[in-house]
Amino acid sequence: MEILLIVKNSSNDYNNITYGEAIREALQIAMSADDSVICYGLGVDDPKGIFGTTLGLQDEFGKERVFDTPASENAMTGIGIGAAIYGLRPVMIHQRLDFFILAMDQLVNNAAKWHFMFGGQNYIPFTIRLIIGRGWGQGPTHSQNLQAWFAHIPGLKVVMPATAGDAKGLLMSSIFDNNPVVFLEHRWLHNLEGNVPKGDYRIEIGKAAILNEGLDITIVSMSYMTVEAIHAVDKLEKVGVSCELIDLRTIRPIDWETIVTSVKKTGNLIVLDTGTKTLSVAGEIVATIVERCWDELINSPKRIALPDNPEPTSFELSKEYYVDIEMILEGILNLLEKPDLLNLINIKKRNPHDVPGDWFKGPF
Amino acid sequence: MNIGRGDALKILYGMKRIRAVEEEIADKYSESEMRCPTHLSIGQEAVATVLGLLLNKDDLVVSTHRAHAHYLGKGGDLNAMIAEIYGKETGCSKGRGGSMHLIDTSVGFMGSTAIVGGTIPIGTGLALAIKYRKTNQISCVFLGDGAIEEGAFYEAANFAALHKLPVLFICENNLYSVYSPLSKRQPSGRKIHELANSIGLTSYYGNGNDVTQVNNILKNAISEIRNGNGPRFIEFSTYRWREHCGPNYDNEIGYRTQEEFIKWQLKDPIDIFQRLLEEKKYLVNIDLISMNQNIESEILTAFNFAQNSKFPDRASFGDFTYCEK
Repeated sequence: MEILLIVKNSSNDYNNITYGEAIREALQIAMSADDSVICYGLGVDDPKGIFGTTLGLQDEFGKERVFDTPASENAMTGIGIGAAIYGLRPVMIHQRLDFFILAMDQLVNNAAKWHFMFGGQNYIPFTIRLIIGRGWGQGPTHSQNLQAWFAHIPGLKVVMPATAGDAKGLLMSSIFDNNPVVFLEHRWLHNLEGNVPKGDYRIEIGKAAILNEGLDITIVSMSYMTVEAIHAVDKLEKVGVSCELIDLRTIRPIDWETIVTSVKKTGNLIVLDTGTKTLSVAGEIVATIVERCWDELINSPKRIALPDNPEPTSFELSKEYYVDIEMILEGILNLLEKPDLLNLINIKKRNPHDVPGDWFKGPF
Repeated sequence: MNIGRGDALKILYGMKRIRAVEEEIADKYSESEMRCPTHLSIGQEAVATVLGLLLNKDDLVVSTHRAHAHYLGKGGDLNAMIAEIYGKETGCSKGRGGSMHLIDTSVGFMGSTAIVGGTIPIGTGLALAIKYRKTNQISCVFLGDGAIEEGAFYEAANFAALHKLPVLFICENNLYSVYSPLSKRQPSGRKIHELANSIGLTSYYGNGNDVTQVNNILKNAISEIRNGNGPRFIEFSTYRWREHCGPNYDNEIGYRTQEEFIKWQLKDPIDIFQRLLEEKKYLVNIDLISMNQNIESEILTAFNFAQNSKFPDRASFGDFTYCEK
């Protein structure tokens, strides 16, 4: 998807690689740089290597640093916390976020609280990579976007990169952060290519990225919704609507200053969330902007998110479940009270609707 | 008894000290200055005290909601513990944790937490780090009979056995989880130590109120772990004398009987050990007098320290939510 090549750069300082390869590169560089970094999860050393993101790491760093685990999500989380307390920097991976729900006790009661409840004596440098599924019948328990859950817990950081470069830069920063970080990867992003800086490249956690500057409306998006947003911005520009696109990148802490500054300029806000709508990150952003930018708001802000029900599995049932580019364009133009402009836009709907591209042949 | 006089007196002192600290907390609890849930270790002093003596300073321990004895046994600072229960800035967790969240990393007491079974994986993770760094330390995890019912126990035990981690699981079976007796929670006839053994943890069982037995079993298990033989599990039978949480006796409320309590009171680990030392002529009256005086003075100092310490600045309530470095 060339549209994601926001930084056109042919310099030798960049590699054109996929999001998945960028993650593998970050792990490889972090593990080379610091022998306290270890990496584990169900399947990290199997032939598929977590969608390619851990391939070859065990050969390079050995079985003590890269290892498969029992299917014990809660204990493996606590074990990571214990190892982190005693000087290691574990990276734990789950091929689907949904399995990690079994580990909420260790995540919420221990990882998030340890630094606080012992008065700052120990810290927990622990990165938890969770992959979020979508489409191809992933269904109710293989497709949950629970960033709002995680971000609700004081003590956790939550990142959700959308581009290959951000995936590398934020994973590096997560690994070397001294707090527990929930690192959320959308499965539909793994094959997206981008220009990724070589070497020890880090992006500060808590900083959003302005992907497009504009005057009429601020679009805040996250993870895979940023891909849809980029297409939408492109199409809207052609009909004279100037969008400021902010890719959130970090869900906690949210970069309020970037969002507030933008909304004060544009006077309009729409938030695109990959999760279900009620009590979503989008809801939090709209609430905060209403509090902080009331005088500057021209129109009522809007959330675009998933319906408040689990993802259905059937090909047919999932057709209307997900947010597509038409819904985004419609949402933005209605907010701006310019619904007629939609007729001028040639919308190419994703077909079939339930895969990110030709590369995805299932099963997960 | 293969405990020399010096160590025996240390153990007696340690147990009496824990008992006296807990009784002082119980006596003062109604003053409402210790404003946090507090789980007393009275009746369960033996295992914690003996373990503390057998471990090296750099060996690690994690524990549960009922952690006072474990913390003090490992050498945790008494003043800081009492100050923590009083919610003071000088507390071992700077007033953020209270009685259930004790820590003294300077002596390897790495933390106690309130959720049943919560530190079992943590202690296992400490052992993973120890193994990775190839030091000769061991990690010890205190747990109760209730924690055996938690998934975290099975998961962590399985991983410890799989990776032959240098971890010692010490289950103090005091027969109750809050007010729920073991008979309502686990099938009759099934032994906790046998269950642990079947997971792959070489396991032992002993009377947790008998210092000599506790010493022998712990010493052996620790040496096996240090020699690289992997994790060990010990079930010690014991009994808490007071209510699950709080300063009072609660034999009259109906979940356990006065007869059962008296039966266990007769198995008081301190009394039994003291009589043994007297029989062996390890202990003379003057020792007891000086022990009691020292303990009294330590406790007086600790409570004065706690009561005279400042509360944390109220504006600092959000400090330490994130590590800023």
